[in-house]
Amino acid sequence: MSKTLVFLEHHEDAIQKSSLGVLTRAAQLGGDVAGILIGSGVSELGASAGEYGAATVWIANDERLAPPLPQPRVDVLAQVVRDEGYDTVLFAQSVLTADVAAALAVRLEAGLNWDLTDLTAEGIGTRPALADSVYVDVGWSTAVRLAIFRSGTFDATPVGGSAELKEVTVDLEDFSTLAEMVEQAHAVQQGPSIEDADVIVAGGRGLGEPEKFVLAEELAQALGGAVAATRAVVDAGWYPYSAQVGQTGKSVAPKLYVALGISGAIQHKVGMQGSTVIVAINKDPNAPIFEFSDLGVVGDLHAIVPRLTELVRARRG
Amino acid sequence: MKIAVCVKAVPDAAGGRRIDPATMRLERSGELTISEFDTYAVEEGLRLKEAAGDGEIIVVSMGPERALDALRKALAMGADRAVLVTDEALAGSDLLGTSKALAGALEREGAEVVLFGQQSADGGGACLWSAVAEHLRLPVISQVSELELVGSVVTGKRQTEFGYDTIRAPLPAVIAVSDAINTPRYPSLKGIMGAKKKPQVSLGAGDVGGAAGTGTTVEGLSAPPPRGDARKIDDDGRAAEQIVDYLVEKRLI
Ligand SMILES: Cc1cc2nc3c(=O)[nH]c(=O)nc-3n(C[C@H](O)[C@H](O)[C@H](O)COP(=O)(O)OP(=O)(O)OC[C@H]3O[C@@H](n4cnc5c(N)ncnc54)[C@H](O)[C@@H]3O)c2cc1C
Ligand SMILES: Nc1ncnc2c1ncn2[C@@H]1O[C@H](COP(=O)(O)O)[C@@H](O)[C@H]1O
Repeated sequence: MSKTLVFLEHHEDAIQKSSLGVLTRAAQLGGDVAGILIGSGVSELGASAGEYGAATVWIANDERLAPPLPQPRVDVLAQVVRDEGYDTVLFAQSVLTADVAAALAVRLEAGLNWDLTDLTAEGIGTRPALADSVYVDVGWSTAVRLAIFRSGTFDATPVGGSAELKEVTVDLEDFSTLAEMVEQAHAVQQGPSIEDADVIVAGGRGLGEPEKFVLAEELAQALGGAVAATRAVVDAGWYPYSAQVGQTGKSVAPKLYVALGISGAIQHKVGMQGSTVIVAINKDPNAPIFEFSDLGVVGDLHAIVPRLTELVRARRG
Repeated sequence: MKIAVCVKAVPDAAGGRRIDPATMRLERSGELTISEFDTYAVEEGLRLKEAAGDGEIIVVSMGPERALDALRKALAMGADRAVLVTDEALAGSDLLGTSKALAGALEREGAEVVLFGQQSADGGGACLWSAVAEHLRLPVISQVSELELVGSVVTGKRQTEFGYDTIRAPLPAVIAVSDAINTPRYPSLKGIMGAKKKPQVSLGAGDVGGAAGTGTTVEGLSAPPPRGDARKIDDDGRAAEQIVDYLVEKRLI
């Protein structure tokens, strides 16, 4: 019988939904399923994981584990996996878990598959590759198997049940605590939320310069929608973080999503693939965004968008 | 200051990237180019060197022999020399094999700063740096969009699912930078001309501590579910009209 450990990422007072989704899936697959919470003052949180199918929740509480940094978490996981004989460790994709899982793979000499959208009881994972143009069935050849699931893959469904909480104490490696958190700035909402909009016009680096966001704003206004952005332009300071769509931004599912000058990286796609209709304008015919657009337009957005806005305005009066 | 930059040579997007059904590996026989995301790491290395007033930038890569041509772009941008780990025994390496080979090459160099890009353009896990840092037993900061180096302490700001983290680490350290950190320079004509003459060394698996096995397997390939009636048009001057017609047809306006 397989023994599965699910890494439960938490932020402030809640376990991340995506982690609970992975836990839900692990419980469906069967075997001995446990969760692990690593942080400081996280004991209280552990109980809720029982409702999603964890029979056991390991708790590592330590001041040094308070900031969400990867390396000390590798020390904790490696110890629990070795001591308790887990053969499978599952993660929900995040900035933190990618770093944790990759280092753990080296520490345990365990194979790591990432970006999975499913896992079967037989131990075969589904990995969409090359801008999701091909689905690869992946497996493991090591005793311990590690997997990271794409964000938003599984719904978190409570099944009832309660977990036994078990505390672990850990020794941290010297190098694991060299990186220190100086500051964590939490996101603040600026302007109206894009999550409820029926129409979204999103701008990427293809707009060319921050001032050109006005093209996205005018088109959004004409369509009666909101404006969104990619990480590339948010981190470059062109647009506020609260308007970012994708893995580390918002997930949206409007009726219409218009992408202007956006390449269509997976981390962007996971935040907008639920849109009913996707229209993309991009000058590069090979841009990955065309793999998942309903209407793909190969062309210069600077030539197309002003005219498009004018036509939409005229139509809607 | 010695700065190593890990860059990957990937199949050119324009040539189309595909998985060879026979080997179930990425087809690498066509033209290889430097992964676009890694040019940001090269640029950041150049800026650190320029700010320090001196230093050496070593481009480190693992891949087929032909990858050297792709590494030349980094040399043309201003990197000082290139080290390519290339060996039949390493073909088909996954995270375990690649991280071990790169760590082995990096150990020979002993750089104070080891830079990575944010992800491989041909479908990596955006995590290799962490595996390499584990081998080297060094601190790691990933997805850095603002980097500051003062004395022998680096500070990086990065975006997460919850906002922005600022993380500090002493050198030597492994830093992965995002594509928002800078605007990579274009190689100058002089840079391009000079690149060929810069030192380019190939190492075999034996030079980097031997090949690690792989921990993952590929069991099969399949086509993704069909996407309905997707359309793609080239703008011939009438794209705006065509988009409006489409939106009307879909009853979106
Ligand atoms: C852990 C992690 C998390 C991430 N989270 C997110 C996230 O939440 N959201 C997100 O968006 N990204 C995220 N990313 C980044 C993502 O991988 C991409 O780097 C980013 O989405 C690229 O943004 P972009 O499309 O604006 O820029 P680019 O990739 O530079 O694309 C610009 C596009 O514009 C096109 N273009 C240029 N000029 C024109 C023109 N005149 N007309 C038409 N088209 C033009 C180009 O052909 C190109 O395709 C994340 C990455 C990682 C590793
Ligand atoms: N074969 C390789 N050789 C050198 N560096 C690599 C290689 N593959 C990936 N990298 C580096 O690791 C980063 C992350 O890659 P990945 O984890 O594969 O998405 C890239 O941006 C590169 O800096």
